Amino acid sequence: MRLSGRFGRFGGCYVPEILVPALEQLEAAFLDAQEDPAFTSELNGLLANYAGRPTPLTRCRNLPGNIYLKREDLLHGGAHKTNQVLGQGLLARRMGKTRLIAETGAGQHGVATAIVGALLGFETVIYMGAEDVERQKLNVFRMELMGARVIPVESGGRTLKDAINEALRDWSASFEGTHYLLGTAAGPHPFPTMVREFQRIIGREARAQMIEQLGRLPDAVVACVGGGSNAIGLFADFMDDDVRLIGVEAAGKGLNGVEHGATLLRGTAGVLHGAETYVLQDSDGQIADTWSVSAGLDYPAVGPEHAHLKDSGRAEYVGCTDAEALSAFKALATNEGILCAFESAHALAHALKLASQEPDSAILVGLSGRGDKDVSQAQALLA
Amino acid sequence: MSRYSAMFDRLHGDGAFGAFLMLGDPDLETSARLLDDLVAGGADMVEVGIPFSDPVADGPVIQAAAKRAFKAGVRVGDCLDLIARFRSRHPDVPVGILTYANIVMARAGFVRDAAEAGADSLLIADVPSLEAEPFVREMDQAGIESVLIAAANTPDAALQRIAKFSSAYTYCVSRAGITGTHAGGEFDSGLVNRLKAASAPPPIFGFGISRPEHVRAALAAGARGVICGSAIVECAARGGDVAALVNSLKASTRNESSTQ
Repeated sequence: MRLSGRFGRFGGCYVPEILVPALEQLEAAFLDAQEDPAFTSELNGLLANYAGRPTPLTRCRNLPGNIYLKREDLLHGGAHKTNQVLGQGLLARRMGKTRLIAETGAGQHGVATAIVGALLGFETVIYMGAEDVERQKLNVFRMELMGARVIPVESGGRTLKDAINEALRDWSASFEGTHYLLGTAAGPHPFPTMVREFQRIIGREARAQMIEQLGRLPDAVVACVGGGSNAIGLFADFMDDDVRLIGVEAAGKGLNGVEHGATLLRGTAGVLHGAETYVLQDSDGQIADTWSVSAGLDYPAVGPEHAHLKDSGRAEYVGCTDAEALSAFKALATNEGILCAFESAHALAHALKLASQEPDSAILVGLSGRGDKDVSQAQALLA
Repeated sequence: MSRYSAMFDRLHGDGAFGAFLMLGDPDLETSARLLDDLVAGGADMVEVGIPFSDPVADGPVIQAAAKRAFKAGVRVGDCLDLIARFRSRHPDVPVGILTYANIVMARAGFVRDAAEAGADSLLIADVPSLEAEPFVREMDQAGIESVLIAAANTPDAALQRIAKFSSAYTYCVSRAGITGTHAGGEFDSGLVNRLKAASAPPPIFGFGISRPEHVRAALAAGARGVICGSAIVECAARGGDVAALVNSLKASTRNESSTQ
């Protein structure tokens, strides 16, 4: 490996030896592509003319305080996920791979991977927990419409972490012709670094837009954290600024119980899915079951850079419960006419808390995805 | 002399037969008895899994074994007890632990406890040679030998690290994939030769060894032994005769030229 792949003590490359050459190949392709103007120009072209970048920065007109929304919900595919699948898709083609595999929870990353599979002509296979396949039939159909094959995963708890396990098993046998298009800034090196770099565009645009609209930087930047890709992408260009960086984890049914996904707030250091990071686990090291109303935050590990940002104190991490997120989801719909994803509603919920304490602060919120996927669940929960 | 070295000496050129079981599968008592069956069947070395909730290097058979152990409420401490009891019954049989990084890191003093229970080696499936150094340092201090995996696609630079960081044997994988992957009876003598050139510990082939002809093919490719996992676990799970299966596979490790 050319880079250390470490963020302080976190990160690394904890995979079976057999996968190390595939990760070394990926790191080399990524680093070479970063230096290649043709790659950058093709990626930027796709981001602008296919995915719809730049996305707007919207100042909330009616919600209290001074809240700005970075509108990744308006990106093609409906979430920030599209930014990095385009990057990885082009890398996969550069490496001569012909097949993509990916994991998905509720289906957002699966849909994003199916999009790039259709666009760039890959055979695409999506691993999805059997439980999630049942709950998210519409997203399964979306993926299939775009030519992807969805494989229900019956092992373990039949959810996202089991889908990642199965994708890693597939890749252990298929890496020669297959790229594993991991969906977040977690997993073994080089994924956390590479995904951050492909998502950095969110914060780069937002920073310039804040200066353009407000004439200065925001006081706080707030994003939800599951694996942590939209948060790290939003934070990256603010790292050296005097700006608070706040990650919001899923407090689920409450941080005092076990039904949450608050890895940084309640987890301990460990190794899962290739990286040393915070993990929700028991005293033996068995990985815990998690809970969140939003599938995208329902994950027992977190990207290793967030683990480091927490320990170094550069970023703060807080939790929002299901109920708080739902209430923010509703408030955004009622006051601003925007349906956001349940994940993004966690970030907004914390921003609203902050705004009530400091009404003059300018708060930038990563609105990572749109809420269409959550509408039927919202109907049941808010009825 | 380590139990592995003593074993290779005892074998006088015959291949070593390693038999794998998941500890606590399907419960602690049955598991203890199955371990004895491995020795009764003629296993030269015993490899034991400590179950992990997210075993990314394992195929369906080993995953199911871990699941049965969890269902029986088996904890890491129980697994170490099983090893200690096995050690008192079988003082000379080398015992190697196969598990995952999070199990090793979660329990303070895991490596020391494993050594004290009488385990001879530790293979951490998701710790490649790149990340092995701190683990190996701890193993050296505790007096337990390190085992790393080498595969056909492992570059020479990594084989050098493997040679440096492993001591009991080198766990060779003949074909890309996960445990239980069918090797098709093809074993890579190229890998064996590259390991020899790197002065790595004796090569032992695992993954997809389920029939006598696989054992013979692996030894013909230059391996010093084989490890059979999924086939034994599967046999135990359906209530088959584990000792008889081990015996039939062990029979294929005998070096005909040296016994004439």
